Amino acid sequence: MTTLSQLLDQVRAAISDSEPLCIVGGNSKRHLGREPAGSPIEVADYAGVVEYEPTELVVSVRAGTTVRDLQEILAGEGQTLACDPPEFDGNATIGGSLACSQSGPSRPWYGSIRDHVLGVRLINGKGEHLRFGGQVMKNVAGYDVSRLQAGAMGTYGLLTEVTLKVLPKPDSSMTVRRRIDANEAIRAMNEISMTPTPLTGACWCDGDMYLRLSGPGTVVEAAASGLEGERLAHSAAFWTALRDQASPFFESAKDLWRFSVRSNSLHSKPQNDWLIDWGGAQRWLAGQHDGDELENISASSGGEVTRNRGGDRNAEGLPSLSGAKRALLMRMKQAFDPAGVFNPGRLYSWM
Amino acid sequence: MFREFVEENFVLSNTESKRPFECDGLSVYKEMPRLVVMPGSTEQVQKAMRLCQRHDVPVVVRGAGTGLSGGALPHADGVLLSLTRLSRIIEIDPEARLARVQPGVRNLEISEASDAHGLFYAPDPSSQIACSIGGNVAENAGGVHCLKYGLTVHNVLQITIVTVDGEILTVGNEGLDSAGPDLMALMIGSEGMLGVVTEITVKLLPKPSHCQVVLASFDDIESAGDAVSAVIADGIVPAGFEMMDRSAIRAAEAYAHAGYDTNAAALLLCELDGTAEEVQAEIGKVVTVFEKYRASSVHVSRDEEERALYWKGRKSAFPAIGRISPDYYCMDGTIPRRMLSRVLSGIDQLSTEFDLRVANVFHAGDGNMHPLILFDESKPGELEKTEAFGAKILELCVEVGGCITGEHGVGVEKLQQMLIQFNDPELAQLNAVKDAWDPQGLLNPGKGVPTLKRCQEYRSL
Repeated sequence: MTTLSQLLDQVRAAISDSEPLCIVGGNSKRHLGREPAGSPIEVADYAGVVEYEPTELVVSVRAGTTVRDLQEILAGEGQTLACDPPEFDGNATIGGSLACSQSGPSRPWYGSIRDHVLGVRLINGKGEHLRFGGQVMKNVAGYDVSRLQAGAMGTYGLLTEVTLKVLPKPDSSMTVRRRIDANEAIRAMNEISMTPTPLTGACWCDGDMYLRLSGPGTVVEAAASGLEGERLAHSAAFWTALRDQASPFFESAKDLWRFSVRSNSLHSKPQNDWLIDWGGAQRWLAGQHDGDELENISASSGGEVTRNRGGDRNAEGLPSLSGAKRALLMRMKQAFDPAGVFNPGRLYSWM
Repeated sequence: MFREFVEENFVLSNTESKRPFECDGLSVYKEMPRLVVMPGSTEQVQKAMRLCQRHDVPVVVRGAGTGLSGGALPHADGVLLSLTRLSRIIEIDPEARLARVQPGVRNLEISEASDAHGLFYAPDPSSQIACSIGGNVAENAGGVHCLKYGLTVHNVLQITIVTVDGEILTVGNEGLDSAGPDLMALMIGSEGMLGVVTEITVKLLPKPSHCQVVLASFDDIESAGDAVSAVIADGIVPAGFEMMDRSAIRAAEAYAHAGYDTNAAALLLCELDGTAEEVQAEIGKVVTVFEKYRASSVHVSRDEEERALYWKGRKSAFPAIGRISPDYYCMDGTIPRRMLSRVLSGIDQLSTEFDLRVANVFHAGDGNMHPLILFDESKPGELEKTEAFGAKILELCVEVGGCITGEHGVGVEKLQQMLIQFNDPELAQLNAVKDAWDPQGLLNPGKGVPTLKRCQEYRSL
């Protein structure tokens, strides 16, 4: 069992020795970002629920708590962390999921993990344990340092505790599948998203579009009756595999790119291997491609592309930045981690 | 010098034309800016920022001026940068459900412009007729519907920022997620202290097909508070969930004739939306809970007209209270819902102690309280007494695990309470963030986060 004081001691020692640290939770997202460097600081054992008040729809957990354990605890009260982050064989932690901004197939309708964050505690690069945000739904006191951590991959501090908003778990779900090409699917997913339908998933892969509806039985039934396609009797496994990036598309992809784009943007490079999720707003491309070409495509689709898996991990993997933004991110790094001990080079080679 | 790049009549220097800008919605604080500059484009904002930076001139950015914490209070030696001319809706893409707008666009205008497509922009602060989306971004504005639909931070996809040195940054994108640290979240609610937002892309949502409101009266405020928690514990997330106490009910009823029971100690408005089946099922559950908590009366709106009427009372509560008191001071503490009864009785005690009346109108569903302290500014010392009372309320909110501001911002008025909310290393970290964006401290100085020097002064008091 790791204690907070052990984590603090290790960070303080690293600061005084100028020894870089590599923050490790469940080690389920080691494929993300650039090559990890530094001596590991293990957070996985700093786990457990700090406070859970179901009537408040709020839970606080230590950062090493796994997503799976938390979801089980919440399910016991009929609740769920609705952004449904990948569990990655049960190893993914809440701290890591927030740091890497991981959300599941329901993200367009329930929001991302950052949308569910109410507050955090973190150790900054001065070795101080600080609290930002809180346990209430609305809080605008001070800058939003909690949600800033989403996507920072630990470079702005080591998360020790996260407070999240939770929601009632829907009574039932139903999935409708329809054979359709990618262009048609993008159009169909956007069209249905314009209507008040209880959608919680909209994905296209391998020539099929999958629409998931969730809510009370009568509501789901009424919405499904208006949809064309085949109702799937057992669909939970499909959505779990999609969430955990473990479906055949992901299993066979050695190199993987992730696009975040305007949901109705045109389908590009159609001869390639794509999986389209989030109603068109998140698109996965498998295989080796020219990074500049992909950046051009993402820019014309109102979005960005990130290398997710494979490729040269010593090269930059995140979207390229303007000089001004790069300078700002670096000044922010100085503000949180002046000695540069947390995950150096993991996000950008220069930070 | 501003007249070299901003049209002559949009640079105001004489006292009379500057007068409308001397305060925002918190009018107890007033200051005359050196100059009011009203840029008409992002390029003009850039040039204005460069000029101010070169000459070390403070800049206070202002939207519609409806803020309630003095966040847009001018600086005596500075420029007040008013963004009301940047009022164009640039694009609405109904299929992708997004709108790209300039910061001076009014909140309600976005929903109005999307209405024909069956879409709306969800955050709806009480001032939505007047307040600007740029101001909403600066304050992370909430509203009646944020329990279900989130705050501004949950409904913005992309922003364009002009930094203090006149650089342009784009943060976020037209997709849902963006790689790297979430600078968008940091900017939203930063009270104009990190940069100037000149363009915003917001998310639009499909309008629910059905919407009904349950109006319930209670003989004691504790039962009403417990009923709020019980509804949420029952697995229901209402679209809006509001509470009013007796003073607020009476003032609102006299003003709006909404049909409220003026003998009730507390009133709840619980709005449910979704498909017809969803709304029917949830209304049944809500009514059962309200009856279990001994509601003295329960009404379900029969049609849109009645729903609008029930809301009219709530929405006009502030002006209604304005009629029964020369002045009122609105607080904004947020607390865990289960602490409602405790905090309400605490406020009641303080009201007796300070000998000032209080009316409570608030977003009960998310624990965001808006106690209105009634006072008379013309009486010597009464404003100071009111502020001391308000400070006590905020301390109470923090004590029960809440925060000093849910949606109005810190501005100038809650700087001292920031010391209750945060310790010195935390404040130092917040100040370090500020320095990373604005090393000269030119953007909205003296607001939001107390400087370390001020912290020391406050703590020694």
